[in-house]
Amino acid sequence: MIRFVLLISRQGKVRLTKWYSPYTQKERLKAIRELSALILPRGPKLCNFVEWKGLKVVYKRYASLYFCICVDSEDNELDGLEVIHHYVQVLDRYFGNVCELDLIFNFHKAYFILDEILIAGELQESSKKSVSRVISAQDTLVENAKEQASSLSNMIAQATK
Amino acid sequence: MALSGMRGLSVFISDVRNCQNKELERARVDKELANIRTKFKNDKGLTPYEKKKYVWKMLYIFMLGYDVDFGHMEAVSLISAPKYAEKQVGYIVTSSLLNENHDFLRLVINTVRNDIIGRNETFQCLALTMVGNIGGKEFSESLAPDVQKLLISNSCRPLVRKKAALCLLRLYRKNPDVVSVDGWADRMSQLLDEREIGVLTAVMSLLVALVANNPDAYWNCVSKCVRVLERLTRSQDIPQEYTYYGIPSPWLQVKTMRVLQYFPAIDDPNIRRSLFEVLQRVLMGTDAVKNINKNNATHAVLFEALALVMHLDAEKDMMAQCVGLLGKFIAVREPNIRYLGLENMTRMLMVSDVQESIKRHQVQIITSLRDPDISIRRRSLDLLYGMCDVTNAKDIVEELLQYLTTADFAIREELALKAAILAEKFAPDLSWYVDVILQLIEKAGDFVSDDIWYRVVQFVTNNDDLQPYAAAKARDFLDKPAVHETMVKVAGYLLGEYSHLLSRRPGCSPKEVFSIIHDKFATVSTPTKAILLSAYIKILLHSQTVDPELQNHVLAVFRKNETYLDAEVQQRASEYYALSRKGPSMVDVMAEMPKFPERQSALLKKAEDTEVDVADTSATKLRLMQLTSTAVVVADQKPANGVHPALTRVPSGQRNIEAPTVPVANGGQSPAPVDFLAIEAAPTHSAPESSPLVGPGDSLALALMDNQASTVQIGLKAEWRGNQGRIVLFLGNKHTAPLLSVKAVILPPRHMQLLTSNVPDTIPPRAQVQCPVEVTNLSPSREIPVLDFCYNNSSAMVSFKLRLPVIMSKFLQGATLAPADYIARWKALMGPPNKLLQEVVRGVKPLPLQEMSDLLGSLHVAIAPGYDPNVNNIVGAATYFSENPTLCLVRIETDPADRTQIRLTVGTPDTSVALELKEYIKERLVDIPSGAAPTSLPGMPSPADDLVGPAASLAGLI
Repeated sequence: MIRFVLLISRQGKVRLTKWYSPYTQKERLKAIRELSALILPRGPKLCNFVEWKGLKVVYKRYASLYFCICVDSEDNELDGLEVIHHYVQVLDRYFGNVCELDLIFNFHKAYFILDEILIAGELQESSKKSVSRVISAQDTLVENAKEQASSLSNMIAQATK
Repeated sequence: MALSGMRGLSVFISDVRNCQNKELERARVDKELANIRTKFKNDKGLTPYEKKKYVWKMLYIFMLGYDVDFGHMEAVSLISAPKYAEKQVGYIVTSSLLNENHDFLRLVINTVRNDIIGRNETFQCLALTMVGNIGGKEFSESLAPDVQKLLISNSCRPLVRKKAALCLLRLYRKNPDVVSVDGWADRMSQLLDEREIGVLTAVMSLLVALVANNPDAYWNCVSKCVRVLERLTRSQDIPQEYTYYGIPSPWLQVKTMRVLQYFPAIDDPNIRRSLFEVLQRVLMGTDAVKNINKNNATHAVLFEALALVMHLDAEKDMMAQCVGLLGKFIAVREPNIRYLGLENMTRMLMVSDVQESIKRHQVQIITSLRDPDISIRRRSLDLLYGMCDVTNAKDIVEELLQYLTTADFAIREELALKAAILAEKFAPDLSWYVDVILQLIEKAGDFVSDDIWYRVVQFVTNNDDLQPYAAAKARDFLDKPAVHETMVKVAGYLLGEYSHLLSRRPGCSPKEVFSIIHDKFATVSTPTKAILLSAYIKILLHSQTVDPELQNHVLAVFRKNETYLDAEVQQRASEYYALSRKGPSMVDVMAEMPKFPERQSALLKKAEDTEVDVADTSATKLRLMQLTSTAVVVADQKPANGVHPALTRVPSGQRNIEAPTVPVANGGQSPAPVDFLAIEAAPTHSAPESSPLVGPGDSLALALMDNQASTVQIGLKAEWRGNQGRIVLFLGNKHTAPLLSVKAVILPPRHMQLLTSNVPDTIPPRAQVQCPVEVTNLSPSREIPVLDFCYNNSSAMVSFKLRLPVIMSKFLQGATLAPADYIARWKALMGPPNKLLQEVVRGVKPLPLQEMSDLLGSLHVAIAPGYDPNVNNIVGAATYFSENPTLCLVRIETDPADRTQIRLTVGTPDTSVALELKEYIKERLVDIPSGAAPTSLPGMPSPADDLVGPAASLAGLI
């Protein structure tokens, strides 16, 4: 299973974390620190796996951002690597040519999307279409609620004029 | 930027982003936290939008790694909101902010359950996602049946069912009882008929976990899994959206093959045939392609197929085909494939009969040892280690030695250990083994643990033929410039024992050997000095003719070190001085070491540990473990409880006879790990007085030596829950004679009920008896039960009293209250009748605020930072368990101008609890236990004895 997902920038800044096993805040920081030190200096021609504390971290760099997932040592590494790519593709579809800034300012959206792809550290949905459908349905729900609220306040405003 | 839809959030994020350095960032974050805290405090005025915005900010801050210790309630409360937009935020923030055992989660179990069983599909999804991500044991117990219903329901949409499957997986991991074995096997089998790939993928993940735990129960799923694989590999009925770069869901393929690996064997010939057809197709049909993602996906499937083939123990042909493929992979350019090729080859070594075919790739594997990528080098090292046998040991070990000089530090220790083990296991002759280890020490002395050189000493001692060779080699190595200290140790030891065998060789006269060793004496550490002193006397006494010049030299060295700072060196120097003056008649005393009994290599054991976690068995850590000059009492650390480790240092006035400062005498074994670390001290220094900080579920051991130097060891293990406790006393007899008329009586204080089991009358020699004690706390008191222990050690009656660490804080448990709740309770206690006890305490040991709050925390009072507007005050709450649990509120007001005085306020509905707790805390603050201070013989403490002022008068009233 995936123990956690970590998005860090090339400078070591945390962009997103999601933990599927219980880690205390201290352990989380330690993991992020250690993995940054382990992964960020690695050159482009090396493999996408590093061994860490009896676990394995599968990572991939997309532009300035490293997507890392920590899996059990006997898990299928390439399977994990393509889970990352799958997530990136869905993000790309949603934001339209996604970049790091999109994820910084919309980290909550990144969370919503991740929750439609992984649950309990396992792949939930491998169809990009299906994920995108669900996310846009969510957006519509939230939008509708907003409109309702604003039209309500309009009505009140008019009524009390 | 506006995408986020929340201006405040965007502004905050960009502020943080623009911070030039960490300090500025922290300042900005602290400012925001203070802002959020004030907003939440008067939460009446918050609109749902604002609430959402603030919890998002909290999550962002938390994600960056800062502690966010408030506002959890606000996040959790959003879950109960009626509107989707708020609920969604509540669920997602909660699932990221809280861990599975957080108390607040209990508060929403009902809401979550209502969402799960309710009719609103979107709510169902949100609830299932959160439970699937952080659900703990309690969720497991109360929600599993509902989740199961959703998974098998006909009316639910796939979207809900796949979430239900993974949610159930999470609950099952937390508590396997949630899935009853009999019913579920059939259910799972039916679920495998699912056509929808998304649901099927989730179900397959669940099945992996179920089968891993209990393959026998799920036999009926085997044929279904094979059918799923057939469907996928033949691309039958796979919707376009479920193909990934043209491959029918590679993830589902991998998972299905994974399930099949958990069944011991597949015997049904038909199923087996279909399965092998599928596997064959995967093995044959996978070609490298240009598109990297497609390539990864096909190879993910291929490697899983390889693993399955290995597991099924296929026919020879197919196995050979697999080794051939792997051989191809370890030579390709693509690093991922190379890595996986090596990894899977290592796995393949477990299967019989392939060793020979793997050996054919040895050259290629050795090349990978120099790969620029450390991940690949690690794999290669592992594989070489696994494939090594008598035929190729020499080549492989020499490669490893060569690589050692250039290897990066991260891998050196592992490399050194592995080389040492292989040399030992497969040495064609023992002199080669000695060569290897000495080279190892020369090239990577810092990374050669003591175990490695102990082992050489053992071998040399036990093999007479080897002794002259080893001694000569050791001498040669000492001649080289810049000799590593470990080399000095091993060479010193070997030359001390065996240099007389060389005395006829040129340059090997006792005098020359002595001077070449003594050259190093000034620069080595104390333990090494001790070894060298032993070598000197042996050289002196083993030489056939007494060389007066050498004798004078050696005696002068002993003389000089008689006043050396270290006790061990000092003792050796003076004893050896006295011995050597007696001349050759003492030769027997300094005879060669006897042979060691055959024993299992400590290295192999260590290698096993190393495999679990390379990073943690670093050389420094091992070295630390061996430093035992100061005895330390260590309680099991439980950081999760926020309990501070109790470290009690005991001055080692008494020489610790068991400390392995003389490793050689120890037979070349590292100190055996003991269950408890024992302190050894005279009875007057008994530990209970100084261990009030030991946490719940702790264990500690005390050892007492009576005057006859026979030793009784008393250990203690304890678990606490509510007002109950269970202590196990370990009474150990370390003496060679039995202890007679043993009596262990615990005198219970009046507020406690103790159930003691009988202690046997006699404790046999070198035996340990356990004595469980059940403790129930009935009313508040600071009194401590005392163990009265007496025995007859064949010459006299010995008796002593020990205070047991059953102290007040064992029955305290931190209580976390929301700020509003806290203040309300405080007010309630203030209002008549006033239940707050207050005292100005003077003579407090001055402590920084943080340490004082840590101290309070260590007494199991949950600190509530920020509840008190005055930063110089510490407030907290705890529940005290006696017959009825009582909530206690504590406040310490400190005076920044005078740190030696504080005002302590304790409020509880029950004044007697308040009084005892106040006094208890006061005692801790006034007299902070410093373990080194010798305490008086433990007797019965009287609670009112040391009270002064108002407390005494109050105590008089009760």
